[in-house]
Amino acid sequence: MIELLAHGLVLFGLIVSAIMVFYMQDLLAAALASGLFSFLISLEFYILQAPDVAISQAGIGAGLTTAIFIIAIRGTKRFEEGHR
Amino acid sequence: MRMSKIVRTGSDLMYPFIFIFGWYVIMHGHLTPGGGFQGGAVVATGAALVIVAYSYQEVNAMIKKAILMFQESGGLVLFIGAGLAGMILGFPFFYNWLANSGSLFGMSVIPGPNPGELNTAGFLPLMNIAVGTEVWGGLTIVILYMLSGVEKEGI
Repeated sequence: MIELLAHGLVLFGLIVSAIMVFYMQDLLAAALASGLFSFLISLEFYILQAPDVAISQAGIGAGLTTAIFIIAIRGTKRFEEGHR
Repeated sequence: MRMSKIVRTGSDLMYPFIFIFGWYVIMHGHLTPGGGFQGGAVVATGAALVIVAYSYQEVNAMIKKAILMFQESGGLVLFIGAGLAGMILGFPFFYNWLANSGSLFGMSVIPGPNPGELNTAGFLPLMNIAVGTEVWGGLTIVILYMLSGVEKEGI
């Protein structure tokens, strides 16, 4: 029961963070939301009893990919032009 | 361009602990989940924290690309050298002749359920250290080249 609740919470958080990545106008906040998505998916790997994959995902996905996105934002503008 | 003072102080405080945790994952690769690649990725995350927080000139003064390249090549040479060391002594390639020998990492495994002994498993910890060093250098140099490509344009 408690495991099912943890799955539900993590999957809900995944959907919310994915929607946050799509709707953020501030690109730095969008990159951090994508890092949050990676962190939650590594938590999901840990609940599914694959701690090896979870450490890889937390290191590569949440750490290095977010760092590369933040460095890439330095080369362009931080805010998206408002179309919506 | 550099980040604010809060981010810089936070990264200065955090990165030694991330390095130590990464080396813990590398050293206990034969006992617990994780290993060379995962630990090296965690260590590279600590280096990436410092690279993101400071400007290009400061990062260039702190981290040398030549050392990271030497680290990457040295890890690969150590990995292949550990495999070839068995062939010189007359064993097959990657034969684990160091296990149960009583020397470095050569203790025999204790039978029964126990938390595990660090000083076992022969070549496996050495190969984890080699892969960890190589992944640390490789992933850090990827981020360093990304930074130099973005900030050299003079934006």
